[in-house]
Amino acid sequence: MTQHDALSDGAAGLIERRLPPITELAVATMIIVVIGGIYLAAHIPGDVSLAPAVVLLIVAGVLVLVNLAALTRVGEFAWRTFRIVFGWALLAYLVIAGMIEYAFVTDGTRGGPLIVLSLMLAVYAVDVPLILSFSVARYQEAGPAADV
Amino acid sequence: MSIAGSGARRREPPDCVVISLRICLKPAVAPRGAVLNPVGLNAMVESTLDMQPLPHNAAVEAMPRPPASIVPLWGLPIVGAVLVFEVVAIAGNWLWALDFFHVVGGALWTGIDLFVGLVIGPIIGRLSVQARVEFSARFMPKMVLIMPTLVTMTLASGWQLARHLQYLDASYPRHDWIVASFIVVGVMAVIALGVLEPANLAVLFELRKPKPNGILIGKLMRRFIYTAGITGVMQLATLVIMTRLAT
Repeated sequence: MTQHDALSDGAAGLIERRLPPITELAVATMIIVVIGGIYLAAHIPGDVSLAPAVVLLIVAGVLVLVNLAALTRVGEFAWRTFRIVFGWALLAYLVIAGMIEYAFVTDGTRGGPLIVLSLMLAVYAVDVPLILSFSVARYQEAGPAADV
Repeated sequence: MSIAGSGARRREPPDCVVISLRICLKPAVAPRGAVLNPVGLNAMVESTLDMQPLPHNAAVEAMPRPPASIVPLWGLPIVGAVLVFEVVAIAGNWLWALDFFHVVGGALWTGIDLFVGLVIGPIIGRLSVQARVEFSARFMPKMVLIMPTLVTMTLASGWQLARHLQYLDASYPRHDWIVASFIVVGVMAVIALGVLEPANLAVLFELRKPKPNGILIGKLMRRFIYTAGITGVMQLATLVIMTRLAT
């Protein structure tokens, strides 16, 4: 087997290996959070029924939990890369989510809408780093030697 | 669109790193002039990424790499300064500053999206392999820093402006346009954060490997090209909405 053959086999393995649908679930979570955010943003500062937003938030929260559970079942994986990307992305998206939260608080959003928005932002701040870190780590060789 | 489509030339001598991929548009998938392929996008997609095999040692070692940090660290203080200034503008209700952030950020965001999707993309497709890799390794890390900053800057200031100008009030006659802008931004956010940015990051990490996987880069670049085209079209919708609101 030539070096090229070995490389091709390894490359194809990385691309084709079966992993839980972490990215798909995370994107679905983000779509739900975005819909909830648009719903609330379209109604505040006026009165708004929180029921649809709360339902969406619960669904998004459950999806995140399912996703995290699925992630724990992944065997060989580039966990070090995952942790590095997740950590830095989490920091960045906490800053962004913090700015959005700050804008809502400054605007006088209070009570139920603020709580629901804050929880949606929390889901968003975890969900996006999950997408980024999983998308990067899935194409890295597992194990410390090959890890970036 | 397919990788290694018809006509792809593959020269794979032993002991070489294959970065051979070809992206072409199949007529059955997206005919010339399709809605999602206006102006230069067809050319961009049709242009091939026919990355020839690189010699094992010299060319690979000479290949430019993204910075070890991926994100250019020297840019972080600038980003920090922009965000701090924006927070101060929001806290102080400085209408001029909010207007500045929204107009400048929005113009740059829209302009960069359209320019990269419709102008830079087709050019990259026609560059040599080495030039393409070199360009991507230097260009994409900067985009990782620039685009989220522009988006945050534009949206936060836009929200505050809308509040000050009473656009958020449901009784505002063009409130539907405001909601439409939320929806467009929401769709763009899902595409950018769910597909485009992960592909961008994965390419950067792949380019840092001693032997980048050409098939994987091709797959991710194809995703990048599609999503850049879609966000470009969405930006046109943003322009329509914003000019409607401003008229």
